[in-house]
Amino acid sequence: MSATTVVPQLVQILRTLVTTGYSTEHSISGVSDPFLQVQILRLLRILGRNHEESSETMNDLLAQVATNTDTSRNAGNAVLFETVLTVMDIRSAPGLRVLAVNILGRFLLNNDKNIRYVALTSLLRMVQSDHSAVQRHRPTVVECLRDPDASLSRRALELSLALVNSSNVRAMTQELQSFLESCPPDLRADCASGILLAAERFAPTKRWHIDTILRVLTTAGTYVRDDAVANLTQLIGGAQELHAYSVRRLYSALAEDISQQPLVQVAAWCIGEYGDLLLEGSCEETEPLQVEEEEVLALLEKVLQSHMSLPATRGYALTALMKLSTRLRGDSSRIRQVVSIFGSCLDVELQQRAVEYNTLFRKYDHMRAAILEKMPLVERGGPQVDGEAEESKETQLSETALVSTEPQASKLLDLLDLLDGTSGDAQPPPLLDPSPGGTLIHLLDLPCAPPPPPSIPDLRVFEREGLQLSLSFVRPPGTPALLLITVTATNTSGADVTHFICQAAVPKSFQLQLQAPSGDTVPAQDGLPVTQLLRILNPNKAPLRLKLRLTYNHFGQSVQEIFEVNNLPVETWQ
Amino acid sequence: MIKFFLMVNKQGQTRLCKYYEHVETNKRTLLETEVIKSCLSRSNEQCSFIEFKDFKLIYRQYAALFIVVGVNDTENEMAIYEFIHNFVEVLDEYFSRVSELDIMFNLDKVHIILDEMVLNGCIVETNRARILAPLLILDKMSES
Repeated sequence: MSATTVVPQLVQILRTLVTTGYSTEHSISGVSDPFLQVQILRLLRILGRNHEESSETMNDLLAQVATNTDTSRNAGNAVLFETVLTVMDIRSAPGLRVLAVNILGRFLLNNDKNIRYVALTSLLRMVQSDHSAVQRHRPTVVECLRDPDASLSRRALELSLALVNSSNVRAMTQELQSFLESCPPDLRADCASGILLAAERFAPTKRWHIDTILRVLTTAGTYVRDDAVANLTQLIGGAQELHAYSVRRLYSALAEDISQQPLVQVAAWCIGEYGDLLLEGSCEETEPLQVEEEEVLALLEKVLQSHMSLPATRGYALTALMKLSTRLRGDSSRIRQVVSIFGSCLDVELQQRAVEYNTLFRKYDHMRAAILEKMPLVERGGPQVDGEAEESKETQLSETALVSTEPQASKLLDLLDLLDGTSGDAQPPPLLDPSPGGTLIHLLDLPCAPPPPPSIPDLRVFEREGLQLSLSFVRPPGTPALLLITVTATNTSGADVTHFICQAAVPKSFQLQLQAPSGDTVPAQDGLPVTQLLRILNPNKAPLRLKLRLTYNHFGQSVQEIFEVNNLPVETWQ
Repeated sequence: MIKFFLMVNKQGQTRLCKYYEHVETNKRTLLETEVIKSCLSRSNEQCSFIEFKDFKLIYRQYAALFIVVGVNDTENEMAIYEFIHNFVEVLDEYFSRVSELDIMFNLDKVHIILDEMVLNGCIVETNRARILAPLLILDKMSES
């Protein structure tokens, strides 16, 4: 039996249940067998999901059930609730959806807590798809925020946060903030981060945004997320015209209460950056505030000494004090004193800062003003309104990371081909450009995609009974006097070469460094070559002369060879 | 799906417990104490549906006895709320004005009734006459 045959039967059964009245035994408070109705509706929901045809057959029936069910008792409400859920899930007519939302709205106004809870939960599910319909019930939802019941207010909070949009953002944040002041502690973190997120997405003006964040910080400062501080400083830094206003507001907030760490951190940063604006005069947006230098310094010192301040907060305050030393017109002896006290602080971070600042005072006083001038706008890394900018930045970063790993990966692949492949080809084929030697050991030293230096051709210097020695040269572009030579020994004969030692000598004006060889055995039949790196420093750019001494055992005999390398290419020493 | 069905009194003593999803014996007491704690702390004003770990609790208070049903997300909470009342009405009819003592002394009968109504976490029968029919026959057999 497919779904198409079952659905009409179910519809028929439900219709008889609703209209004719089944039997008195099965009726519960006037509704005939609500449990059966609920189960049928649930089954219809599953069958009708994504199925046009079945949904159409059900439309009439659902409308009938929705209008005919008696809602004065709980049983009726249960059936109605299930109907609403079904209407939301299947492909129903738009009129039916409106009916469903209206039913939910009616539920919200009901006095019974259970019904309200259930209505809020289903509205939350609907808000994604039928946003405008749910908006109509926004006032009632906000009412529910104030309900003393914890589960109800939690649901109302989630729904209110989902309902915030650019037109109602001011009113909604007002409501949410008054809720924040009175809500139970476990909801505070969610509420605070919700308000901050909504403010970020829909802020009408920068000043309003700063005001909102300030208010959240003063009421629920300890519950905000860690990046709220960074976001706020970035925001204030970007709002050029609001510097004076924000620093005044923050100063008054800080003067009242220094216990909320995020607030203290932001305020300390602002006072440090814009201290001169704080002291200079009146700002037309707030009441005239006469602030003396002494008061500002006293406040920052209080923050530094308070046992409620976290080490990070103290760091902020200390840096702010330093910045003030250039901004304030008075003398900076008081600041110097405080900073030198912290030079012996137990916290390593603070101590380091204090010692550095002290040195700045003592030895580099002439540079102090330049170092401590106003910061440029910091690049934002967190969530922002134009998400594309952030995403493009992230893709850029990941692309550069990808690009830098690719050359290394491709080099590794080429090397493996080298080692596996070549029979009869004694000399290793010309190596890839940026690799000094192109051996496995040196792969780890590879910088990320440097510009390739001009390649110098390799040189075969020695050949005896199948053992070949060749030199490859690299002149790194950054250090003109340096030459890196890789000595590669390969063995095409039938017997292994063991105890292989290579030594080199250069004229006195050069400096030679011999690094450890990769091994002392060159296996037969083109086994893994032995390589050794020579570093030669040639500061005078004199012509290079190189003498090599080899000792090894081959075919049961020990062999010693000394020879000078002739025809070294000119590029190696020029 | 109904996960469990509990009847607990105000002092925290479990009068009946039925689990439709296996929970280990030592974990059961822990679960029951937590559940009863969250139910007892609520006042009359608050709604009867609580979110607890990964399921929902629907509770109803009858004098000194709490009936708590734990369900998963797919269930209709209000239907379960109604079901609890239906269960109590069935007990009422069988015991004629049921009290906590009746449940304590006739635990086997209460289990039989519950088994008639709920099978593997799904509600299967809500008709009072049909639920009580096998029980009444059993009673008649034991008398004669």
